Amino acid sequence: MSALKSKHILGLFDMPVDDIQLILKTAGSMKYMLTSGNKRGPHLQGKSIVTLFYENSTRTRLSFELASKYLGASAANISASGSSVSKGETLLDTARTINMMGADVIVIRHPMSGAPRFLSKHIKASVINAGDGMNEHPTQALLDMYTIMEKKGAISGLNVCILGDIYHSRVARSNIWGLTKMGAKVSVAGPATLLPPQIEKMGVKVFGTVQQAIIDADVIINLRIQAERLSHCLLPSLREYSRFYGVDRKILSLAKKDAIILHPGPVNRGVELTSDIIDGDSSFINEQVTNGVAVRMALLFLLTRRSTDEAAC
Amino acid sequence: MKLLVKSGHVVDPKSDFSDICDILTENGIIVKMGRDLHEEADDLIDAAGKYVIPGLVDCHCHLRDPGYEYKEDIATGTRSAAAGGFTSIACMPNTNPVADNQAVLSYISETASRKGVVNVFPIGAITKGQQGKELADIGELKFAGAVGISDDGNPVENSMVMLRALQYSSAFNIRVISHCEDKSLTDGGVMNEGYYSTVMGLRGVPAVSESVMVSRDLLLSEYTGIPIHIAHVSTEMSVNLIRNAKKRGVKVTCETCPHYFSLDESACSDFNTMAKVNPPLRSEKDVNAIIEGLKDGTIDIIATDHAPHHMDEKNVEFNLAANGITGFETALPLAIAYLVKKGHLTMEQLVKKMCCNPANMLGIRKGTLEVGGAADIAIVDVNEEYTVDTSKFISKGKNSPFNGFKLYGKPSYTIVGGKIVVRDKKLMV
Repeated sequence: MSALKSKHILGLFDMPVDDIQLILKTAGSMKYMLTSGNKRGPHLQGKSIVTLFYENSTRTRLSFELASKYLGASAANISASGSSVSKGETLLDTARTINMMGADVIVIRHPMSGAPRFLSKHIKASVINAGDGMNEHPTQALLDMYTIMEKKGAISGLNVCILGDIYHSRVARSNIWGLTKMGAKVSVAGPATLLPPQIEKMGVKVFGTVQQAIIDADVIINLRIQAERLSHCLLPSLREYSRFYGVDRKILSLAKKDAIILHPGPVNRGVELTSDIIDGDSSFINEQVTNGVAVRMALLFLLTRRSTDEAAC
Repeated sequence: MKLLVKSGHVVDPKSDFSDICDILTENGIIVKMGRDLHEEADDLIDAAGKYVIPGLVDCHCHLRDPGYEYKEDIATGTRSAAAGGFTSIACMPNTNPVADNQAVLSYISETASRKGVVNVFPIGAITKGQQGKELADIGELKFAGAVGISDDGNPVENSMVMLRALQYSSAFNIRVISHCEDKSLTDGGVMNEGYYSTVMGLRGVPAVSESVMVSRDLLLSEYTGIPIHIAHVSTEMSVNLIRNAKKRGVKVTCETCPHYFSLDESACSDFNTMAKVNPPLRSEKDVNAIIEGLKDGTIDIIATDHAPHHMDEKNVEFNLAANGITGFETALPLAIAYLVKKGHLTMEQLVKKMCCNPANMLGIRKGTLEVGGAADIAIVDVNEEYTVDTSKFISKGKNSPFNGFKLYGKPSYTIVGGKIVVRDKKLMV
């Protein structure tokens, strides 16, 4: 079995295609284990995983914690409140401290882009980026890609449409890098104020309306819209957003008949998607959550095995 | 004390002189210039094969003293300046406390005369505490030695305040130096808005955030007829605005900095905090426009915006990193490598932008080589290549994106008031 080339999972921007394929394949075995009833693997025995969350998160954090536990690792959490972080310790000093305690993998979520990359330069452990600012959220994109593979059999050649607040979305950036590397044709659409400049240079087609972007789509990834965008003059109202950029049955009918809908969650019902779509047959939003655990199990396994291999050499 | 500088290529744009020539100084004054001077001297420098130019004049630097001595102080800052060939520097007032009153200005001047090794000219604040609300005691600042007023680091956001600052200061014949930035457009941005900010997911500072303010200040200057100086110009739009304003007679001067003609936004790749500066490094198109502006005279001055910081302030997340580049020791070599060697400017034009023009803007009698003038001289071999090693900077600040760059013309000698401060590239004080 081949090994992961990446020492850290910082983003899909610089992840080799081989690694993406290996992760998705390994996630398949992990999902089998996860759904088999006996959720206890020996893969990570003797390994310690630290999750370091500088931003609130329920599902990503729980997903990593469960992934660690299912594979037998010891897992510990640090959150920004109630730790040395709130006492003004720098990221560098926090990292060094965790490093000295012997963590094998550090999972970090941080509100500032580039923080995981910064961390990776200063410690021995592998770093997994669980979302940094507006930069990347590679594990989310990997679980999206896994879900697409599962439903469509392959990624190459698919039309994938990403809708919503592209500007602030680390999920969009990771998906764009990953999906284009795997041969998908990616289009994006959203309010002009929420499309970052020169995004077309990332290899995507940019559309002004959802109606244009969604034509012939195999996959629709809808992004969460944050209410705080209203205060920055980026959007007039959620009502207006849902009217012009939300997806309902009528809009969805412009996509391919068997198009699937994904959303990184949590969903604003009636804003990004109407409830009948969220709860309908095209939606795999709930399955994404299960796949997230499988993908994170695969990553933790591959990264710790990689370091064990290195030590053996 | 007599010093003879032999056989160098002397460049003095003020007198339109550029030829091989000897210079004799006595007690800090240039007393003779001419070919083959045969004079007894206490010290002799053989400058054959090198340029002998007026000591560089910087109209925009940060000495961090008082208040931020852990970043830089007047002793280290002036030594760093000397190592870069500067003999006169004007320091910005964003110290702690702010140089908005004569007490702080006197502290700077007195400390500089005791501990400094180059001429230090303080710039006072436009508004009290640089808060942009009430005018500082501009008249008193002038009498305490201020050579300009600026709220640098921050814009004067309120247009009425800027208008009054121009009007009031004009009676004291002191130049307003404007840091042009519309903070509402910067909106938390940390690098130039463009492809790289999109890819890295960093908030962008659009070029208009600078240029909107340049436009306002040009109009205020035009409306009042009072001269204004625009600091650190970084965008194509600003260059075009200033070019047009000059054509219709607006009394505007402006500066750019070495990093705006030698680096673009891609230097921030991999979240490189050394390349984080305000205004941010711009697009390649902007860089070309800056060079064009330098060539056609739209941009009058090359200033360093020397902004030393402690390593702890750069060794953090990109969003949290301090803005600024330690600039004294690479300014001239960058200008030689990126402007003179590439054929954009002649050595004579460069000397004008780094000596005469900044001195004229500040209204100080510096930046020229003339009999009877101060013996402030830099000697440089423009053909000598060297590799930048930021760890060897004299400045306390090692924050520079230029580490490892191969440049030309690190100053061999810096002479301040007839005294050799740098000899054979070594600091003597």
